[in-house]
Amino acid sequence: MRKFDTKVQHLKYKVLREVAKQAWNDTLFEHALDIPKMLIPGNQPTMRCCVYKERAILAERVKIAMGGDKTNPNVIEVIDIACDECPVSGYDVTELCRGCLAHRCEDVCKRGAITFDSQQKAHIDKSKCVECGQCAKVCPYSAITNHKRPCETACKIKAIKMGENQEASIDNDKCISCGACVYQCPFGAITDKSFILNVIDMIKKSENNQKYKVYAIVAPSISSQFTYAKLGQVISGIKELGFFTVIEAALGADMVAYAEAAELAEKGFLTSSCCPAFVDYIKKEFPELAQYVSHNLSPVATIAKYIKETHDNAKIVFIGPCTAKKAEVQLDTVRPYIDSAMTFEELQALFDSKDIDITTLPEDVLDNASYYGRIFARSGGLSDAVAQALKEQNITDFELKAVPCDGIEACKIALLKAKKKVLDGNFIEGMACIGGCIGGAGCLTHGEKNKAEVDKYGREALEKTITDAISVLK
Amino acid sequence: MSCFERMEYIMKITVCIGSSCHLKGSRHVVEKLQALIAENNLSDKVELGGTFCTGNCQHGVCVTLDDKFFSLTPETTEEFFNTEVLAKA
Repeated sequence: MRKFDTKVQHLKYKVLREVAKQAWNDTLFEHALDIPKMLIPGNQPTMRCCVYKERAILAERVKIAMGGDKTNPNVIEVIDIACDECPVSGYDVTELCRGCLAHRCEDVCKRGAITFDSQQKAHIDKSKCVECGQCAKVCPYSAITNHKRPCETACKIKAIKMGENQEASIDNDKCISCGACVYQCPFGAITDKSFILNVIDMIKKSENNQKYKVYAIVAPSISSQFTYAKLGQVISGIKELGFFTVIEAALGADMVAYAEAAELAEKGFLTSSCCPAFVDYIKKEFPELAQYVSHNLSPVATIAKYIKETHDNAKIVFIGPCTAKKAEVQLDTVRPYIDSAMTFEELQALFDSKDIDITTLPEDVLDNASYYGRIFARSGGLSDAVAQALKEQNITDFELKAVPCDGIEACKIALLKAKKKVLDGNFIEGMACIGGCIGGAGCLTHGEKNKAEVDKYGREALEKTITDAISVLK
Repeated sequence: MSCFERMEYIMKITVCIGSSCHLKGSRHVVEKLQALIAENNLSDKVELGGTFCTGNCQHGVCVTLDDKFFSLTPETTEEFFNTEVLAKA
């Protein structure tokens, strides 16, 4: 069974696994510099021009696996020497142009950017072209192609530009750390910093959870991940790593849905606060709407707060699909409750760093939340949960008109409308990733079936209502 | 967790709602206790709360009364309430 979508993820995973392995053995500081050669032995390059460049890039990956550049506050980082400096010329006519008579490209171009040379071959005047792509669509020979960097295409909020040496460069004032570029860069030149060393250190120093207890809180999207094993085996694996117990972030989602419904009914208009990238986007691009962001902490922070307040000596690690969570846990409002955050990719690397084959483990259980808390993992789930929470609290004098936004572009449209007060709705559910959290950059795999997996996992919940799930937590 | 006021004694019952106890019926234990507390008008004398795993999964459903440990099932909840809670309240 395939563990990852791409070879880039696999390479990143191999580095994380090796760094973790050395860290468990207390040999990382002796061997950190040797890791590139351990992973790329021999003289035959398999990825770049020569093994020396491959190793140089790998050394950068090792640094990022160890926490990355401390002077850069962003959790997303560019490895400049790994960037292939892809062409950025936009739409170009290639040699496939046969100089036909029809000139559909010219007809369709509203800007008059297409001209022809003496051989009747088309050319695009860059000063006129607005990159609408119509010419490429109508060319019967598919002779017009778009040269746009995958990272820039992925970044819908336009936070990626070219640096001085043509390498990708992230504008930290715009970046919301969603990780879309991390997942899309074909060279793996943009990547999320890893804090697995903090997690390993926390587990080791707990001395088998005697000195303090290390809790793992897992995102509900875990139900669509690690599909080569059973969910119960993943939970066993997490405990095998040394975590004291595993708790569902979805229970925090139940708590949030309940509180958010009441806040919404009181204020009349609200945006969700679950997705850290979405909240960051509002703060950076729509500061005038920041007052409407729900005052609830995110689901994981909510349940983490409850655990810290009711359990002595608890340390908490969030495990999820999200790179932006790594930034969220550094916020002053969240830092007291969550000690570290990691992705499913990193969890896989940790399993293998300790040679834990989860498929051989017995099935443990993961059961705290309701159906509604669990479906937060997919677009639309939060809106459904808020509707349910309104019903359960008998709030009838408020009519919910939810606007579920699937992906940051949809969020942008809804926020622009809200800013102009023309939005047909009173609750914006904002999810920066397409599909919701199941589309997160830190997922091992992204697939068509993921939404169905989340819904199935939701239906397996013992608690059918939000009130049932949170009755003793209030 | 045991920092309640001794001045006016409030009994504190904590039920484990961790995954393992949850599957063994902690939800029903909670429901029964909630009903019994209400029936006996003890809501100002007994505080009911939830906790996550206490590391005693094999003895679940794990319940602590003040700091004393009890292993309950939904079936034995009423007996526990009568002998341990009602008697002391």
